[in-house]
Amino acid sequence: MSILGTRVIRTEDPRLLTSGGVYVDDLREPDLAGAVRATFVRSTIAHALITGIDASAALEAPGVVAVLTVADMTDLPAPPPAPEPSPDDPPSEGPVPLGGVWAEPLLAVDRVRYVGEPVAIVLTDSTYQGEDAAELVSVDYEPLPAVPSIEAALAGDTLLNPDAGTNVCVKGGGDISDDSIFDGCEIIVEGDIVNQRVAALPMEGRATAAVWKDGKLTVWTSTQNAQLSRLILTAVGLPPDAIRVVAPDVGGGFGAKIGVDREQILIAWAAKHTGRAVRWVETRNENLMGMTQGRAQLHHIKLGGDREGHIKAYRLDVVQDSGGYSRMGGFLPMLTNLMAPGVYDIPAVQAAYKAVVTNGTPIAAYRGAGRPEAAATIERVVDWYAAEAGLDPVTVRKLNFIQPEQFPFVTKTGAPYDTGDYEAALDKVLEAAGYDQLRAEQKRRIEAGETKLLGLGLASYVEITAADGAAGETAKVEVHDDGTATVYTGSSAHGQGHHTAYAMIVTQELGIPMEKVEVIHGDTDLIPDGVGTYASRSLQLGGSAVHNAAIEVKDEASKKAAELFEAAEADVELDTDAGVWRIKGDPDKSLSWSQVATAADGGLIVANVRFTADRPTFPFGSQLSVVEVDVETGKVTLLRHVTADDAGPVLNPLLFEGQRHGGIAQGAAQALVEEILYDADGNPLTATLMDYGAITAAELPSFELLTSETPTTVNPLGVKGIGEAGTIGATPAVHNAVIDAVKHLGVRHIDMPTTPERVWTAIQKASAQ
Amino acid sequence: MKVELTVNGKDMTADVEDRTLLVHFLRDVADLTATNIGCDTTSCGACTVLLDGESVKSCTVLAAQADGRAVTTLEGLAGDDGTMHPVQQAFHEEHGLQCGYCTPGMVMAIASLLKENPSPTEAQVRQGLEGNICRCTGYHNIVKAALAAAESSNTGASK
Repeated sequence: MSILGTRVIRTEDPRLLTSGGVYVDDLREPDLAGAVRATFVRSTIAHALITGIDASAALEAPGVVAVLTVADMTDLPAPPPAPEPSPDDPPSEGPVPLGGVWAEPLLAVDRVRYVGEPVAIVLTDSTYQGEDAAELVSVDYEPLPAVPSIEAALAGDTLLNPDAGTNVCVKGGGDISDDSIFDGCEIIVEGDIVNQRVAALPMEGRATAAVWKDGKLTVWTSTQNAQLSRLILTAVGLPPDAIRVVAPDVGGGFGAKIGVDREQILIAWAAKHTGRAVRWVETRNENLMGMTQGRAQLHHIKLGGDREGHIKAYRLDVVQDSGGYSRMGGFLPMLTNLMAPGVYDIPAVQAAYKAVVTNGTPIAAYRGAGRPEAAATIERVVDWYAAEAGLDPVTVRKLNFIQPEQFPFVTKTGAPYDTGDYEAALDKVLEAAGYDQLRAEQKRRIEAGETKLLGLGLASYVEITAADGAAGETAKVEVHDDGTATVYTGSSAHGQGHHTAYAMIVTQELGIPMEKVEVIHGDTDLIPDGVGTYASRSLQLGGSAVHNAAIEVKDEASKKAAELFEAAEADVELDTDAGVWRIKGDPDKSLSWSQVATAADGGLIVANVRFTADRPTFPFGSQLSVVEVDVETGKVTLLRHVTADDAGPVLNPLLFEGQRHGGIAQGAAQALVEEILYDADGNPLTATLMDYGAITAAELPSFELLTSETPTTVNPLGVKGIGEAGTIGATPAVHNAVIDAVKHLGVRHIDMPTTPERVWTAIQKASAQ
Repeated sequence: MKVELTVNGKDMTADVEDRTLLVHFLRDVADLTATNIGCDTTSCGACTVLLDGESVKSCTVLAAQADGRAVTTLEGLAGDDGTMHPVQQAFHEEHGLQCGYCTPGMVMAIASLLKENPSPTEAQVRQGLEGNICRCTGYHNIVKAALAAAESSNTGASK
């Protein structure tokens, strides 16, 4: 019987549930005994010149070991010459920081560009001493006008980087000037849609500990990929093989822990510079100012079609707020452009983007990274168009879906979709939700003059996962002479359940029971070569690598078993149910894995694999959200959320559902409550969890999940990514539901988050017209 | 100042700074690291422990306030023989945790909630967990685990 596809409960859990995980702050390594605490002195002003730093009072404070500023950074190599892009000649579209005039320093040199930017580091014996001493570091600022928004950045009255001559750091995409694509359209919708800035908000913030000992730098850090972190940490002036990076338990990432930020490089440098072990664990306040945030795009859209609901033309113009420093160049809005037309076969599509710098926290990947923004807008605009045409959103979607027989399908923006059956997924949620009855109830409430109205929101989505499949992922599988197996993976768990999933794959292929399979990740001494966990890539690349490595182990073991049996290899087989090797047709003779491995060189059978995929995968689905809107107060209550998601064969339904639950909640959070805000001077208004409205259990229902399993041919497991489907599908579904509840009042659009104030105001405005 | 308290049934005495928070006492003095810090503003509940049997957020309680009282952390919840508490067991069976960071606080908050209300409805569980933030699970399986733990405690049998 296959273990794949069954609800195996996680092997990770017992430890996490009884003694708790071991996150960076929990490490009790002997090398970290006596580690000093690092506290960052951070900019309190969004945009200013630094005219002086006086640490003398801090140096006198109890427990202070050192105060480090940019003046101390004389032992660092010059950063490699980075390409200095001009906006009209964009750099390659990889997710890498911009250099040249846009480069981000480690510690602020003479100018700060966002509140929370690191200016100095205080090292103390204890945490409390660090907070006290950091207050005593006096930084003289000469304030400059702030650029707190995309609009202010585009106006260009104040420049963050005067040498650049502009706040626009990247431009890309196609020509969007030709308006003739809308000729003959009977209905045109046009307007701005804001995809607001939100926090990734892993419950464990960033945390790093570092030790410099015997010519080797060891860095424990809360990251989604130890190997990439090691590469970035070479900025301290060491070659990769002089650095060991360990990712211990990691308390969530959501894209914001890909690699390491300037703070983690600084902690590693501080350890090397002072010779002391250093530990830094950020506070939530720091996290909400210093950890990269997500989304932050302004879309100008235009969509045209006929009265029957056929979409003829779509234009998407994206402006990406990059924050104070461009961490990813044009990568995020490029992905938004790529996925612009979503699940629809639109005859003419134009998409372009530009990225600007503002005096805000830098923006980088957050669960979906550029794709949720594309889905949020096309799905919102399709509803907008349906409302203008007086058509049901279902009708318009079905008229315009790419049809199953059209796959493989290359969109007008160049996305090579592999497979899909969008109408089937939509029908599945409509049926499960009872769409017609819900519409009838919606109508009844309106006609009865009730004040709590129903809204139904749909989103049909397609997403790109493992977009960098060519980079692949590594796996090493070993079977030892005691019959146990060890998996070394380059992907990096931080809650997803890799250890359970990968052990299941080994058990499936080798018949070694799960409790005898150990999975190891996140240590560059043990796994020097790896890529990591992001872009919904782990199972399809890392899992496929484990699968292929297990098969290589099996092939090797088959030879050994044949030798031991003194039989032909063709006559030997692995009984995966019993986990033993047999001679075909002779049930009395068997060899255990222990016996076979003992006969191998060094008592070990081992296979190293790097699995690469030549193209990405495109999971898809439909989501339907039901909300209740109190038209007297604008309050929105999410009543139901029904999804039909297809990410290929499901390895473990428990894990698969867990990924969807978490994503849906984060998508609903963006649609309903969450937003990072700045005032006109660039001061953050949402820098604690008292102010940032992280969604809670009380604001969400239980979710209703349906699954279909269309395999891909791209990898041997047939699987696609599921980690980001929730944010991609749920954001527009919930958003559309809110507007659907009040569309009969004349409301066509409300920007996210749909707070009571915004909904109430939109209703008042519409009814005044 | 000197504080004396019982942590997971063990008496402890220590000299601490007046301003020492209970969570730092537990992590740094008692060396019990399951209790995590998630926000510093009493908003996220990652640091939830039981103080004389009632849930408190230990980032907003001074160690001095716990003087003479009994604290239970996640490490003290399982039975002496290692048998998981019904809430722990339910979290395992219902996949109520992913990264595990909010988990100690969630488990303690639910243990306390079920003590006050042994048979809560889903809505009561959701309201009761309003002060505990999880970023991984969308709360779906946490709520399911809380209801399952109530069920198994009430029937006196774990599955």
